[in-house]
Amino acid sequence: MAETRLGRWFDRKGWAGLVIGAPYLWLLVLFLVPFLIVVAMSVATKTSTAPPISWGGEYPVLSWESYTRVLSDGLYLRAFLTSLVNAGLAMVLCLLIGYPMALGLCRVAPAWRSILLMLVILPFWTSFLLRVYAWMGLMGRNSWFNGLLTDAWNLLVPMDWAVKSIPMMNTNFAVVLVMVYTYLPFMILPLYASLERLDPTLDEAALDLGSRPHQVFLDVTLPQSIPGIIAGGMLVFIPAAGELVIPTLVGDAASPMIGRVISDEFASARDWPMASAVAVMLLLLMVVPTMVYSHFQARAEGSK
Amino acid sequence: MKRRPVFLISMLAFGFAFFYVPILSMIVYSFNESRLATVWGGFSTRWYESLFSNKQIMAALLLSLKIALVSATIATILGTMAGIALVRFTRFRGRILFSGLVTAPLIMPEVITGISSLMFFIMLAEWVGWPGQRGFTTVTLAHITFSMVFVTTVVQARMLQADRAIEEAAMDLGSRPWQVLFDVTLPVIFPAILSGWLLAFTISLDDVVITSFTTGPGGTTLPLLIWSKVKLGVTPDVNALATLMVLVVGTGVLVAGIVLNRAERRRVQDARLAYRANE
Repeated sequence: MAETRLGRWFDRKGWAGLVIGAPYLWLLVLFLVPFLIVVAMSVATKTSTAPPISWGGEYPVLSWESYTRVLSDGLYLRAFLTSLVNAGLAMVLCLLIGYPMALGLCRVAPAWRSILLMLVILPFWTSFLLRVYAWMGLMGRNSWFNGLLTDAWNLLVPMDWAVKSIPMMNTNFAVVLVMVYTYLPFMILPLYASLERLDPTLDEAALDLGSRPHQVFLDVTLPQSIPGIIAGGMLVFIPAAGELVIPTLVGDAASPMIGRVISDEFASARDWPMASAVAVMLLLLMVVPTMVYSHFQARAEGSK
Repeated sequence: MKRRPVFLISMLAFGFAFFYVPILSMIVYSFNESRLATVWGGFSTRWYESLFSNKQIMAALLLSLKIALVSATIATILGTMAGIALVRFTRFRGRILFSGLVTAPLIMPEVITGISSLMFFIMLAEWVGWPGQRGFTTVTLAHITFSMVFVTTVVQARMLQADRAIEEAAMDLGSRPWQVLFDVTLPVIFPAILSGWLLAFTISLDDVVITSFTTGPGGTTLPLLIWSKVKLGVTPDVNALATLMVLVVGTGVLVAGIVLNRAERRRVQDARLAYRANE
């Protein structure tokens, strides 16, 4: 069980059992059991009792009805698609903004670098809810920011297209914008970590051998930063796909994301089996990118 | 002959503007005299005054702090244990399930954690009659569960960096195992335990989704109060509240960062001095 002497001592005194057992038991009871309840709930039947579900009795023990409804009802499929598209767009935009920022962080003087890194991390520590809220203030019809964008738009387009204000709130555009805003640090940090490790002499060597700067980037820098790109992409995509707060506050109620569907099915429609079935399917969707990620990470560690 | 990376620097400038303009705008508008949150009507501190006399907000803040303190402390104890277990005990029955349980809450969408916790508490009440009412206890239990795995991640990373030979050396020099634990292992991972606690504390203090599912009557935390307000739109008093929170947290993180940084530098320096003394 334990190879070191400290480990053996832990073991002999029964401490090992405590150190492993306490967190293990906690997670089993308060994480695994609730999760299994969700899985069981997804094959239950909706009733009008409290709690509003039933397995057996006059109802079928296993009912796949919720799953067949998710797969046949366009509303649920559209919500899944909206989530994937929004999360995918947020991921790509985070990469496009975050990559040059991470590269820039590697190039500034070291004294500046730690301050700038601190500034990247700082928003992460402040309230997530309030960062979303800050954009509600900016995107509203009467805000200075909307006014600025409206003026720019009116200046650039023909007179016929002129608008009084740009309708930004309660659109999928707003959802993607705010997701990029709140998740950008998750992209920058792993990118920075992988770019910082690169050997600058490789760049110089490529330049000396006659590569043009953009070729150096494409042939030397980019391939070496792929682990960082994948890590950052996952860290943005996974929470974004299941996001609830952002679509509720700035999103379009007519084309909801899947997190909002789960919450509405559960709280408003009181259809627990349906909410659970959608939740299980969302998790299945997320398992795929997670497997890809751990595959790449295992390979990266293997090649070290 | 080194070219200045103009493009990269301007992307950095754009990125930091993107990060901070919304927050600065919110701070500026918290001093807005006008009741219309987005139209400037002159300077005023009236929203701050109304904030401090608002008993509801103060009660919610107090509850949030209480939950965050209790849940962060328990989460740190459990999370540290799990981190030590995963690094020091590489073989025990059910280790694969254990490491899965430690990773899964990190990628589980909050909505799903929320409804699964709520269903769990409701079914538990059905089966064993507890919890009769949801509130402080249920929220704290849920917060411990999903914040302890963050502590584990931080502690685990530190344990992997730490040199196990120091523990062995201490034992060779005659330290008792519990002395090694308290004099070597725990001090080495202490910075990680501290930042794990801070992380758990802020995660708990900030959480909306899981709290909204697991709370009950009388269990309104500050984020839940803000949540119910901002769902209705932008209001000047939330701007003021947000400004205070951003300033308090920002200062806290800055101070903690500087202190930890200095402690780390001193540790490195001490190690270097010790080396030189031995040469």
